[in-house]
Amino acid sequence: MRRRVLPGFGLSLGYTLTWLCLVVLLPLAALAWKASGIGFEGVARLFTSPRTLSALKLSFGGALLAAMANVVIGLVVTWALVRYRFPGRRLLDALIDLPFALPTAVAGIALTAIYAPNGWLGQWLVPLGIKVAYTPLGVLLAMVFVGFPFVVRTLQPVLQSLERDVEEAAESLGATGAQTFLRVILPTLVPTLLTGFALSLARGVGEYGSVIFIAGNIPNRSEIAPLLIVQRLEEFDYATASALGIVMLAFSLLLLVLVATLQRWTRRWAEPAT
Amino acid sequence: MTLALKQLTRQFTELAALDDVSLDIEPGEFIALVGPSGSGKTTLLRILAGLDYPDRGTVMLNGRDFLAANARERNVGLVFQHYALFRHLSVRENIAFGLRVRPRKRRPPRADIRTRVDDLLKRVQLDGLGDRYPSQLSGGQRQRVALARALAVEPEILLLDEPFGALDAQVRTALRRWLRELHEDLGLTTVFVTHDQEEALELADRLVVMNRGRIEQVGSPQEVYQAPATPFVCEFIGRTNKVALRRDGDAWRAGAWSIPGPGTAGSAVAYIRPEHLALAAADGGPGWDAQLRHIYLAGSVAHLDVHVAELDLSLEVDMASDQLGGLAPGALLRVAPLHGVAFADDCTRWAWGTGLA
Repeated sequence: MRRRVLPGFGLSLGYTLTWLCLVVLLPLAALAWKASGIGFEGVARLFTSPRTLSALKLSFGGALLAAMANVVIGLVVTWALVRYRFPGRRLLDALIDLPFALPTAVAGIALTAIYAPNGWLGQWLVPLGIKVAYTPLGVLLAMVFVGFPFVVRTLQPVLQSLERDVEEAAESLGATGAQTFLRVILPTLVPTLLTGFALSLARGVGEYGSVIFIAGNIPNRSEIAPLLIVQRLEEFDYATASALGIVMLAFSLLLLVLVATLQRWTRRWAEPAT
Repeated sequence: MTLALKQLTRQFTELAALDDVSLDIEPGEFIALVGPSGSGKTTLLRILAGLDYPDRGTVMLNGRDFLAANARERNVGLVFQHYALFRHLSVRENIAFGLRVRPRKRRPPRADIRTRVDDLLKRVQLDGLGDRYPSQLSGGQRQRVALARALAVEPEILLLDEPFGALDAQVRTALRRWLRELHEDLGLTTVFVTHDQEEALELADRLVVMNRGRIEQVGSPQEVYQAPATPFVCEFIGRTNKVALRRDGDAWRAGAWSIPGPGTAGSAVAYIRPEHLALAAADGGPGWDAQLRHIYLAGSVAHLDVHVAELDLSLEVDMASDQLGGLAPGALLRVAPLHGVAFADDCTRWAWGTGLA
């Protein structure tokens, strides 16, 4: 092996694997073992039940939509924060992290209070036919709220380090503002936006606290998969809860691998020559 | 196609980046803007590129107001110090960029773009590397891609902002020669910004020496080197020895050496190039007695560090290294300035020796 400036490959890899086993793999193995308790018949019954399917659809569909929305909103917000100087910019910058710091239940209650039919915004929206609280739209809103900082915080350093002379070169070559953005700036941001997308997606799928308040948890309509798991746990049906967990895990892993593959493809220009 | 710059002034908060700069750039000319950092040369280039605007002054191209067009419409080719390539695009796509972003009416057909990119790749000696990404190229190759990209849009003027500044010395010299040849092939009006006076002397038809937002001198490399117009040019272009002179009747004197010269001022400073100091054996003609302290051999030329005791001054003398003979540190010599330029306290300038203005 090549000599390196800092030795310690063996030590660091051993440490990594040990922790990975203790903290991640072992609990997952226990989960799988627990889940095997319900047998094939149990699995079949569980995943043909419309209630389970609708909850899974809401959790993953909602998280995907929320992540997409976050990519767009996050890009706009980060652009404003990085490119312009305006009064209150630092305050706004600090506020971005608030969804990280807030206990998720508090966020859920706050969102519900605003969007409930008698809330500040709800009382105006409901007569227009836009119901947010206690509907899938509310679930989506809560997921956007908690996932939003991920996009901003991953994008911010990248946008800051973009070289201005590249934009000047594009302009000098005759590109319009829109062409410069779409052909020069955006493609270099896509890999980072995908990172933000993946983080936001993962957070949305796993989100519990803020969603359950605003969702209303109507079976087959606004009930998320993590809530189903909690309900099974409360009934001491650990096997079914674990089976649901395993399915969520597998699906999340699949999505994240897909995003990572896509990201690698969008970064092909950074690979060394073959 | 003369580009006429008139009384350009650009003020940044603290500093006058350009202070009443006027200059005519002839068609097909290779002009170098040279000066230390902060001298305004890059600001001038950015104004020509449409990336900055002067507070006062005009730029006319064939009688049309050049400043009225924005950067997109200027039709200039711009090359940056740090290449500014589009890193997510291949070399081909980089070069084709300026053609692809044209509005549909003016955009050449796909096949034409392809041929033009192929031609340019050949011209910048990068054929076969078209499908690489910029991160997979060396610095010199990247800068040639940047140049090809700028040439692809068939600009009227080529603007280069310290294009070789980030490259190592050998690549820099090679690219310099290559750029000069390219310029002779294309005959494109070229404005080249550099802080490297050697690069400017070697490349340009005309030098514009800038200092603190003002033009100190405009002239051919020979004029600027042989007949510097101001003390700044003497010190910035090439190497020079500074000798203080005193008024002595009709002549100016420094120690045992004197030269007839005009003026009524009491003191002056003479600038003498190292190669214009002649060495002779001791006691031969007018000059200073000196002691050789050190010889710095730099290939074909030797730089001699010579100390003149009566002036308490160290002088640098250049001579061909095969003329050194048995010279060794400690030898006693006689040094005489053959040519030089002097500036008196009252700003009068005069020169002595042959071939100097």
